[in-house]
Amino acid sequence: MKQRYEKPTIFKLHTGLMNKFGSFAYPLSRRVRTEIDSIPIKELIEQFGTPLFVFSEKKLRQKFKEIKNAFTTRYPNVEFTWSYKTNYLDAICAILHNEGETAEVVSEFEYEKARRLGVPGEQIIFNGPYKPKKILKTAITEGARINIDTFEEINDLEEVAESIGIKPKVGIRLNMDTGIHPQWSRFGFNLESGQALDAIKRISYGKHLELSGLHCHIGTFILEPKAYETEIKKMVEFAYRIEDEFGFKIEYIDIGGGFPSRSKLKGIYLPPEIAIPSINEIADRISSALLSSLRPGDFPKLIIESGRAIVDEAGYLITQIHATKRLPDGRKGYILDAGVNTLFTAFWYHFNIEIDKNITGPSEPCILYGPLCMNIDVVDDLAYLPPLPRGTNLILSPVGAYNVTQWMQFIRYRPNVILIGKNGEIDLIREMENIEDIVRREHLPERLTLRKEQ
Amino acid sequence: MGKLGRLAINSEGFIFDPETGNSYTINKTGLFILNLLKEEKKTEEIIEKLTEEYDIDREEAMRDITDFIEQLRLFGLINAEEYND
Repeated sequence: MKQRYEKPTIFKLHTGLMNKFGSFAYPLSRRVRTEIDSIPIKELIEQFGTPLFVFSEKKLRQKFKEIKNAFTTRYPNVEFTWSYKTNYLDAICAILHNEGETAEVVSEFEYEKARRLGVPGEQIIFNGPYKPKKILKTAITEGARINIDTFEEINDLEEVAESIGIKPKVGIRLNMDTGIHPQWSRFGFNLESGQALDAIKRISYGKHLELSGLHCHIGTFILEPKAYETEIKKMVEFAYRIEDEFGFKIEYIDIGGGFPSRSKLKGIYLPPEIAIPSINEIADRISSALLSSLRPGDFPKLIIESGRAIVDEAGYLITQIHATKRLPDGRKGYILDAGVNTLFTAFWYHFNIEIDKNITGPSEPCILYGPLCMNIDVVDDLAYLPPLPRGTNLILSPVGAYNVTQWMQFIRYRPNVILIGKNGEIDLIREMENIEDIVRREHLPERLTLRKEQ
Repeated sequence: MGKLGRLAINSEGFIFDPETGNSYTINKTGLFILNLLKEEKKTEEIIEKLTEEYDIDREEAMRDITDFIEQLRLFGLINAEEYND
C-alpha cells in the first residue's frame, strides 16, 4: 500500500513578525467547493469545459429580495431599476425584470437590448453622458425617463421634442459633495457651484421639457453609509427649491447605486464582513434621511439603481491550473486558463479562491497568472494556497458584476456562461465564441488576399 | 555533498542551517527527497523511489522534484550548480 502523496514543501521560519493579512493568510486555512447550488463542479466542467462562468438564479433572486425588503419595509414608494452595464446577459436581465426591476441603460445598445427583451419604454431609465439624437427621439417617443447630463443634451432634447411635438418628462443628473473621495464631478450638473440651478433655469426658459426628476450617483463601492444621507438631504432640499421657484413637481429622486458587494477590494485590509456596511444599514440611513426631510404627505418615488450588490455574489468562475512556475523570489506561480481578458475586476479585487478538492500541505504565498502572453495578466498577486497539481480547478467569486460585460475578446475566445436555475436546471446562457464570431465583421480587400499554393 | 551535509535535520521536519542561523520547516515528502539528496542520489533515482513509496505518477513526481530543488537553491541550501543532473 503506497502512502498518500503530498507535494514536497519547505518554508523558512520567521519569528516575531505579525501576519497583516488576517485570517485568509493563515497557513492551514483553505476552502474547498465541490458544488454550486448542489450541482457538482466536476459535472459542469465535463459538459462545458473551463474557464466557465456559472450564475446562480437562486442567489440572484435572494440578493434582489434582500435589497427589495431592506427598502420597501422602510419607505412606501420605491422603484428598483436594473443597471444593465453591470451585467446585460439576457438571462440575468430577464430574471431581474421578472422580479419587478425596470431597466437602467446608458447607451443606445443597452436601450435596444432592453427593448428587445420586452421592456416597455416607460420602464426604461436612460442615463449617461452620450445620448445621440437618434436614440433620444426613440426614447422620447417610447416614453423612457431621460436623466440629462449636459447643457448640450438640454438643447438636443428640446430640438427632438419640438420636432415630434411631445413635451417629455425629464430628470437632471446632479453631482455634489457628500464627503466621499474621490468626488464624482464629471457626470451631471454641480449642485454647490450653482450649475445645477442654471440647468433648471435653462429648462424652465426653454418650455419644451417638463422637469420631473432628480438623479445622482455619488460613486461606486461606497463604504460609508452616511454619504447617502448627505446625498438625500441635499437632493430633497433642491427638489423643493425647484418646486417653489419654478413650479416643476419633482416626482422621483433617483439616488443611483454604488452599494458594495462582499468582495475584497484591493488596498482594504479588513475582511469584507467588517469593512462593508450591510444593505439594511444603508437602507436605514437613506429612508430616515428621506422621511426626516420630506414635507408631510409627500412621498416622491425613490429609485434605486443597484447592480453590483445584486449580481456580484451570484457569479462564479471556474478556472483550471494549466502550469506552475517557481519565481526567482521563491513564490509559486500558477498559470490559469482565465486571465484579465475574462476577469476584468481582477484589477480591483482579491477574489475568494476555493479549490475543487481537498489538497493537503501547508499554504504558501503564490501568484495567479492568466493565459495571456502579456505582463499585465495577473489574476491575483498574493494568494495563499496549498501546493496544487496541474489540472486543479479553482472557483473564484464574487465575479457576477462587470466581468461578463467588460471582458475583452483579446487573444483568446470568451468562455461559456451557464445558469443554474432555481430547480437545478443547467442552461448555457452564452456560448463560447469561435473564430466565426470574431472574423464575421472583417473584410479583407481582394487585392490583399494571400495567393493560394498552386 | 556540499551544504546539505551541514544542516541539522530532525525527523519532525525541522531544519537548522548553522551557517546562516536560518531555520526551516519541511513536510514528510520534502524530508523524503532531502534525505535522498543528502545521499547524493540522482534525480532519476529519486523519482523512482518517490513513485514506489507514494501514490503519485512519474510526470507529477518529476515536476515536483524539480520545483523542490529550485526552492532549496533559492533558500541557499544547495549551490546553483548542484543537483541539476
